[in-house]
Formats: sequence, C-alpha cells, structure tokens
Amino acid sequence: MSDQKVDHQSNADELYEESGQWTLNTGDETIHAKRMPGKFRSLKWLTMSVWLVFFFGPYLRWGDRQAVLFDIPNRQFHIFELTILPQDVWMLSLVLLFFAILLAVVTSIAGRVFCGYFCFQTIWTDIFTWIEDKLEGNPAKRRKLDKEPFGLAKLKVKLPKHVAWLVISMLTGISFAAWFTDAFKLWHDYLTLSASTLAWAVLGAFTVGTYVLAGFMREQVCFWLCPYARIQGVMYDRETILPAYDFKRGEKRGRLIKGKQQEGHGDCVDCNQCVAVCPTGVDIRTGQHEGCITCALCIDACDSVMEKIGKPKGLIRYACLDELEGKPTKPFYKRARPLVYITIMILAASGIIYGLANMAGIELKVLHERQPLYIQQTDGSIMNKYYFKVLNKTNSDQTLSIRAVGIDGLELRGISASFNAVKGDVSSLSAFVHADRDVLTQERTDVIFQVLDSEGKVVAEYASMFFGPTK
Amino acid sequence: MSEHNPFPGENNTGHFWDEDLRELTNDPPTWWRMGFHASWILVIGYTIWYPSWPLVSSHFEGVSGWTAIGEYKADLKEVEGVRAPFEEKIASMSAADILKDQQLNEYVQRSAKVLFGDKCAACHGSGGAGNPGFPVLADDDWLYGGTIDKIVETITNGRMGMMPAHAGTLSDQELRDVAKYVTGLNSGTEYAPGKAIFTGKGACFACHGMDAKGMHALGSANLTDGIWRFAPGGEESAYHTIKFGVNVPGNAESRNAVMPKFGGNLSESDIKKLAVYVYNLGGGQ
Repeated sequence: MSDQKVDHQSNADELYEESGQWTLNTGDETIHAKRMPGKFRSLKWLTMSVWLVFFFGPYLRWGDRQAVLFDIPNRQFHIFELTILPQDVWMLSLVLLFFAILLAVVTSIAGRVFCGYFCFQTIWTDIFTWIEDKLEGNPAKRRKLDKEPFGLAKLKVKLPKHVAWLVISMLTGISFAAWFTDAFKLWHDYLTLSASTLAWAVLGAFTVGTYVLAGFMREQVCFWLCPYARIQGVMYDRETILPAYDFKRGEKRGRLIKGKQQEGHGDCVDCNQCVAVCPTGVDIRTGQHEGCITCALCIDACDSVMEKIGKPKGLIRYACLDELEGKPTKPFYKRARPLVYITIMILAASGIIYGLANMAGIELKVLHERQPLYIQQTDGSIMNKYYFKVLNKTNSDQTLSIRAVGIDGLELRGISASFNAVKGDVSSLSAFVHADRDVLTQERTDVIFQVLDSEGKVVAEYASMFFGPTK
Repeated sequence: MSEHNPFPGENNTGHFWDEDLRELTNDPPTWWRMGFHASWILVIGYTIWYPSWPLVSSHFEGVSGWTAIGEYKADLKEVEGVRAPFEEKIASMSAADILKDQQLNEYVQRSAKVLFGDKCAACHGSGGAGNPGFPVLADDDWLYGGTIDKIVETITNGRMGMMPAHAGTLSDQELRDVAKYVTGLNSGTEYAPGKAIFTGKGACFACHGMDAKGMHALGSANLTDGIWRFAPGGEESAYHTIKFGVNVPGNAESRNAVMPKFGGNLSESDIKKLAVYVYNLGGGQ
C-alpha cells in the first residue's frame, strides 16, 4: 500500500517538474526577435517576394480589361484569355483539392514550409517587425522602450511606425479589393471618396485586420487562431524534415569558459541566439514545438555562432526525427505518404487540364414540361413542351438554332428559327415539339436536342425524352 | 475546507479544496467587461429604437416607428413599383396586342402563373392538362374557339353549353348506333346505320355539322379529332352523353359542363393576363 503511494507521489512530482519547463506563450510579452543575416533569411526574402504578385497583379491588362479579374457581381472569372463561368466551377474544387494536397505533401516532406516561407501572417509580421527594427532600433532598445511610461518622447518614436503599418495595411486592403473589380477604377473611386459601401467595408476590414493581426497579434495567431498550424502539425511523421536541434551532438549544453568547451559538454554553447531570433519565441532545443513555423531562422543564428567558435555547422539543421536518433532514413520518393499525395495531385491536375481543354463554348440544358407530359392535338399529333437554357460562354454573340432528332418528323413550334445568344449570358427559350402519333411506338422515346451555329455545325447536345400515350 | 487562510492577501474567497485548490475573486478580463457593457447598452438602445415596452393599453412604439406590417407594406410597394410599368401597359392594351409584345408576354408568363394556379388549375389542372370532365387547355381543340379574343370572352362571361337528352327521341339501339358512328370517325371508319341517324332522325348535324367537326358559335364539340370532352371517352361514354345530354335541367344523369364567369371577380387586366397565359399553353390559334 505505502509503496504504491510513494510511487504515485514520485510520478506526480515528475509531471510537475516537467510542467515547470513549459512556457505557455499567451502574448503577455511582445516577442522582439533579433534579425540576423543568413542563408535562410535570404531564402525567406525570396519566397516573400511571391506576394508582390498580390500587390501588382491587378494592374496587368489584357485587351480592354483587367488580366485577372474575379468578377463576382457578373459571376465571371477572367484569367488572361480564359473566362470561367459558374458552370465550370467544378474545376475550382479540383484546384482546391490540388492545393490542399500540395500542402499535405509539402508538410509531410519538409514540415510547415507554408507557415515559414509563404504564409501572409508570417510575411506581413516579418515586414512589420522589419519596419519596427528600422524605426525603433534593435530588440534590446525596443524592450526598454516598451517599459518606458507613455509620453511625447515615446510617441515621437512610435508614431512613424504605426503610420507605416497603417499605410501597408491600407495597400493590402486596396490590393485585395482590386482583384474583384477594375483596379484603376477602384483607385479612382477611393481617391474621390465615391467607392461603394462594399469597397469601403473591404478596405476597412483589411486595414484593421492587417494592422491588428500583423502589428499586435503576430505569433499569437499561429499559436491560437490558425487552424492550419494545427492541421499541418498532425501531418508530420518521423521522416518529416524540420529545423531541429541535434541533441546528441549538442547536449549537455554549457557556456564556453575562457573560449574552451568544458569537460562532458556538447557543442551547444547555450548562447541562446536560436531563441533570440525566433519570431514566435520558441526554444527549438526543447524539441518539436507547436509554435515552430519552421522558418529556419534559428539555423542561420546557430550556424553563424558555430562558425565563430570553429565548430562544424548544422547543430540546428533541417533533419527528421529518425535522422537525429541515428536511424536509417528514406528519400521522400520512396515513402508511401508523399507518393499517395502526389498521385492525388496528378489526378486533380489532370482533371483541371481536361476541364480547361474541353470547356464547351455553348452549353444546352433541356427541361421537359411535366404538367402535362404530353398533349394530343386535333391533327392526331402528340405535343410535348420543352424549356431550353442556352449558355453562351464564348467571347462573342452567336446566332444559334435548335433542332430535335431521334423521331421521324419531329417538328418544333413556338420557337424562332434562330436566336441571338448574347456572350456570357443564358438564353431561355421554350418550344412545342410535335410528333406523329403513329410514329411513336412506346410511352417514352429518346430525343436529342442539338444547338446549331450559323454554319449548321452542332455545338451542343442534350438527351431528353418524348412522351406519348400508352399504346 | 480549512479554518485559516494559507494564502493571505490573494483575493481568494476562503474556500479551499485539496490543500491548495481555491476560488479567487479576481476581476473578469477587460475584454469580457467591455463586451458585457456593450451588450446592455445595445439592449437599451434597441428598446428605444424599436417597439418594446408594454404600457397599460398599448405599447411604447419606439422612436424609429418601425413595425413589421410597415416593413411588409414597404416591400410590397417596392414590388408593385417594379410591376407598375408592365401593369399599366397591360391595362391599356388588348390581349391580342399583349400577345405580340415579347416583353409583356414574358411578364405574363411569370405573373399569370400564380393567377392560373389560383383560379383555373383546380378544374383545368396545372399547366392546362385538363381533368376528367374538364377540358384540356393546352391542345388546339376548342369548343368556343382558340383565338385570343374568344379566350378573353370565355373567361369573362363563362360558358355553359347545352345538348339535349336523346333518351326520349331515339331508341336504345339508335343511341348505340350513333355512339358507334361518332367514336369511329377519328379512325376514319364510317358506321353507316349510325351515320343515318346522325344526319337524319337524331338531327345531330344541326349542332355538330354535317362533317361532325362542331361549331365554335354553338360550342358544339368536334367529334372527329379523337379528343373527347367527357371522360373517359370511347363508345360507352359517348352513348351516355347522347342519351342524357349536357346541362339538361332536372336530369341527374346529364353531363355537367359549366365554366363560371370571371368577369366580376377578376379585373380586366387579370383576365387579359390569364387569356394570354392560356393561349401560350400550346393551343392558341
């Protein structure tokens, strides 16, 4: 009995001891990360520049319109030469699938690459802190400034930063809105204060959102708001490479004394530079961490220190758990998970390519009138009514006509011989189709409706039914 | 619960469990309090703006003057505003002219659909498919004529056809002969004994014509087209109709065929709309 009790006690003690080392970042203290040059820092600038497309993309022109325009009011997406109407939006689901799986495969291979290098939260925060660094000085200065009481002197230092942040935030909002409406007209409307309520709302929401999220929330978003941070975390496995601390080589960590490594100490000199540069305030040496966005800035920091003290680089490096534990590792193309993901991606991409290549210019939908199904006429013919929707997805108006085939002597009445289909629009028509009663051998006969262009070529088809009386 | 407080000066309530588990009296977070105050301020504002507090015999009506019925009426007015230009045109045009106007035709197709459902579909079926004993409106077989003006007339004044009972004038065999004759007309066979009665003793031709194609002026049916006015059609049904007639007063076996008059119940515009709608069902002439 008593033995067991003692055992419980020691277990509990162990738990609490461990919990003492946990630091929970709930934003009580602003993280002022040190900025250091390095390989991954340069890479990060490079990947960040992808977002320049977001800012400058809307100003590209294509013919007489914006090159890329998501025209929601008119329900048309223009992407250069391509115009996508709601009927083709099934391709969008494949695009979403493609990117979802891309995220999965990349995460499975190399961790939260998206978080570290491409995510807008990471990048806007990085830009905002870069401005902060330039205007308010290094992290030590900033911490000191934070502690100072509020006053005119502090305001003088702080104000330019907030102005810069707000300008970036507003540009972000305008750039976002510009993808959905003509960019030049949007600027004109904003500058003359004549923009629509929606345009102002978008600008307001994005300005406030960017300013608050990138300026104040920062890593808190990654810790507590972002679902992708969590989703990606569970996509890791033991073979996923991440910025990781080689604990076998590094431990037991300790300071150099008089430039010498102490007996029994590893390569880690406990300089804390990896923590100082971390934008989310994580200590990578405690192992994988939920807050780690795998930006690899700690690798830059550690490598520069290793260089200074004459040790080999890579104490913190991109490595998987198996590698750190000295187990054999496989390249990603021999691992099942990435291969399955890549297969799905190829399927999705094939679907998109198929869809784009086979996008019909004219689409026909036929609806048979159900009430009544058929009507007998005095001349002995049987009449069915049909409704047609003809969608013209081409870039020009077309003169089209409709005919029915499948039963001898089918005749369309109540519809003009040809009609004008306006580009990007649906033409609604209806017709009474007559067939001789004697020709009908069954209650339901297959008929095919065809749309013909002005040259008599069949451009769209729709299979329907012709109803008649029971024989 | 402990007697003395092991954590003095800590804002605790003095309640302890398991040595150190205790309840504190800290203030709620600022964001929470802001939300709380914003909520009650909103509630007060809401009750001032909208109708709210019950009074003895009425209620406080709110400074905005908003009412649910008012909102409904405003919405309705908006809808009527959209309809007005069409309705004005319809009121000033004849049904035949409405039929020629593409845009008005579209408008009628949509707006008269409800009207047809309310007033006509009970007998004639939705889509004008007809019901046993009630004519199909989507075919081109018309008792009183399928021109737009005739349709307007039919809806406005109603129709009540009349066919005398022949039970007294013709023998049972003769009735059957005539029935056999008229039901065979559609397939092109001519039953001679029946034809003799049709054109002779029975005097059927007087209303239905020598060619048995009926007359719109009288509302007599076309007997040659295989479309039968009274269900279920066929020889036995025709025999019954000939024997007992249509709308014969005091004859319980007689066929009933009354189209009520809508002239007083519906506005002229509504009748025009219905006529155009019926015309477009497929049988208009």
